[in-house]
Amino acid sequence: MARHADGTPEPVDHPHGRGEQLPAPELDHGATPEMGTSGRPHEAVDAPLDHRPGTSGVATPGGGWRRADGPSLKRERRKRKGGGRGRDGDPTVEDAEFQSYYGRQIVKSAVWKTPDVPLYLFLGGAAGSSAVLGAAAEFTDRPALARTAHLIAGGGAIASVGFLIHDLGRPERFLHMLRVFKPTSPLSVGSYILSPFSALTGAAAALTIAENLSWVPGWVKAPWLRKTAGVGGAVFGGPMAAYTAVLLANTATPSWHEPGNQLPFVFTGSGLAAGGGLCMAFTPVDQASPARKAAVVGAAVELAAMHKVEHDHGIVSEPFHIGRAGKLLRIAKACTAAGAVGAAVLGGRRWGAVASGALLAAGSALTRFGVFDAGMASSKDPKYVVVPQRERLAARAAAEASTG
Amino acid sequence: MSQFSSASPAFTGHDPENRLYGPLPDVTGEAGYEADHPARVGFFTDTSVCIGCKACEVACKEWNTLPMDDADGNRDALGLSGMSYDNTGMLGANSWRHVAFVEQSRSVDLPMPGIGLPAAPGQGAGSGGGCGGSRGSAETPAHGDADGTTIDQHSVLNAQALSSFDPQTAQSADREIRWLMSSDVCKHCTHAGCLDVCPTGALFRTEFGTVVVQDDICNGCGYCVPACPYGVIDQRKGDGRVFKCTMCYDRLTDGLQPACATACPTQSIQFGDLDELQARADARLATLTEQGVTTARLYGRDTDDGVGGAGAFFLLLDEPEVYGLPPDPVVTTRDLPSMWRHAAGAAAMLVGVALSGFLGRRR
Repeated sequence: MARHADGTPEPVDHPHGRGEQLPAPELDHGATPEMGTSGRPHEAVDAPLDHRPGTSGVATPGGGWRRADGPSLKRERRKRKGGGRGRDGDPTVEDAEFQSYYGRQIVKSAVWKTPDVPLYLFLGGAAGSSAVLGAAAEFTDRPALARTAHLIAGGGAIASVGFLIHDLGRPERFLHMLRVFKPTSPLSVGSYILSPFSALTGAAAALTIAENLSWVPGWVKAPWLRKTAGVGGAVFGGPMAAYTAVLLANTATPSWHEPGNQLPFVFTGSGLAAGGGLCMAFTPVDQASPARKAAVVGAAVELAAMHKVEHDHGIVSEPFHIGRAGKLLRIAKACTAAGAVGAAVLGGRRWGAVASGALLAAGSALTRFGVFDAGMASSKDPKYVVVPQRERLAARAAAEASTG
Repeated sequence: MSQFSSASPAFTGHDPENRLYGPLPDVTGEAGYEADHPARVGFFTDTSVCIGCKACEVACKEWNTLPMDDADGNRDALGLSGMSYDNTGMLGANSWRHVAFVEQSRSVDLPMPGIGLPAAPGQGAGSGGGCGGSRGSAETPAHGDADGTTIDQHSVLNAQALSSFDPQTAQSADREIRWLMSSDVCKHCTHAGCLDVCPTGALFRTEFGTVVVQDDICNGCGYCVPACPYGVIDQRKGDGRVFKCTMCYDRLTDGLQPACATACPTQSIQFGDLDELQARADARLATLTEQGVTTARLYGRDTDDGVGGAGAFFLLLDEPEVYGLPPDPVVTTRDLPSMWRHAAGAAAMLVGVALSGFLGRRR
């Protein structure tokens, strides 16, 4: 850093020239570019206390210090793999120069297990939108759609609860989630969404199944009971699909936190695509039109919001393009786009509905896995913590300099 | 203890401005404690006098009976991190103090062979580099140096000497080596992300203004782990719950100092009332700056920073990220209201899209 770029030896060893030459090398050592940017006057560094070149040591900003024998401050190991990027003109984030403590991660990675949590995100979204579709189908004379939607919503919600409890470090204490209510904790808010949602959609699904069971008493089969449960569940359907985005975003994980205002739309769009797609696949086509429309619009919202997540956040968008997350998200996009086109064009035929519904659900699930992976990758590399924060500091300093 | 102590100040009704970030002069009172609560306490870790002895790590492990783990948090494993002298590696569930060792070097320009002349007496001190080193030491040991260094070493605490003899620096061949050592710890933030996101109320603000996990409440959801902007709190493998520094809550309630501060032989770790520590740190920084140590800076001292100021703050000699600290940490909850608003919009979008499909002509 503070070395002569050209490596020219300093002329300090000429005895005669010494008196005049001394200040120059001293400045060369001390007056690094860092000093210029930090705005410190040269004199303050070592004069008048230190007259010896090379001894400014701790007193010199930068001072040429770099980590001993480690990789240099520049990233050497970060080589971009060919084909690791999309073909659609993804922004090329330049390899940033930054410092770290032996390359170790700064923020901790989430301890959430995979596939538990990504599956929970997927099922929550699919169940949430299915619950809304099921309730509306009850009142528009679409019994087959209502039946399918109730089963998907209830099944997805109950499975969600299972995954969530399994993911706890102390599963037997899952009820501790309900001992306080904290709006600052998306997981607390989510617990109060998931509990009634899973209870009500589970009840609607159970009552749907009970219709065909001979041993169930008649009063249980009353349609108003099922409809009440279905509507109750639908009330929590939207929040159920949306809150999981805030759950991820409200962390210090760079690639989850930065796109925190867009992730809710990714997740609800994805939930609509999955719920609509699954309902469409398991419902006779003459009743499935609302599910089809929801799936197509949801897929479009998911793709549009995901595009912003992947491109609007500078270096923090990078994990969405590279590695396993990048691969998953590229496949997810292909599935979602193909499923949406398929649903719009061929959704009126049974086989078309099944194929495109399956593609949409797969796209939604892969999106969740991809977003989850991208966040985990961003937490593991100190680059995604240091570089954006440095940029933030620089921007603030520049703003202060221009106003003050 | 107040029932509100696990809630963010923004929701206790004690904070008129409903803030999720920014300065909070009485964080303990905001958490719901009565006005006669104890003063907020903290750590001031002055890394300029840290000698890297790890007494703090050992004292903490012993007092809090923390299990053994390696640099990656694997339980009951012993391993070399492969970097520096640091095999603790990071703060985590089993390491509540972590001494970072940063080994730095820089090149010293050597004279061209045959051009350089033996240093004349009187010039030795002028050309000596670092601790006992000389620019020409590879070929021409300068006699003046030995004396100069001895004098410097004897008076290392005087301002003149500190700049000409840097105790953290040594020379080896054409390179100068220096060590930066820093004992890292939980910051006990004014706006603590871990506390904000804990869904069970296991994390709470104590009467001393510190942040502590109640291990009989924690259900191991793990949300606090990625929420901490410093990467402090972690889940203990094989246990499932999360653990972090309590600032020796048990010792504080009995009027004792935390174990690490008690064990520190150089007063690098100072414990006390936070306002006193802040004044002391400001004075120390002024002294060092006056002595020419212009790289010294306080970290976590500024109450206008992203976490509203830290309860445990540091005097560093290099950029924070060199020590593994984030340069500009922000409590994640600062952006939560905006996220909730967007989530509400997204939920409404979902319901609207799902219902609009039922409008219009049947089939």
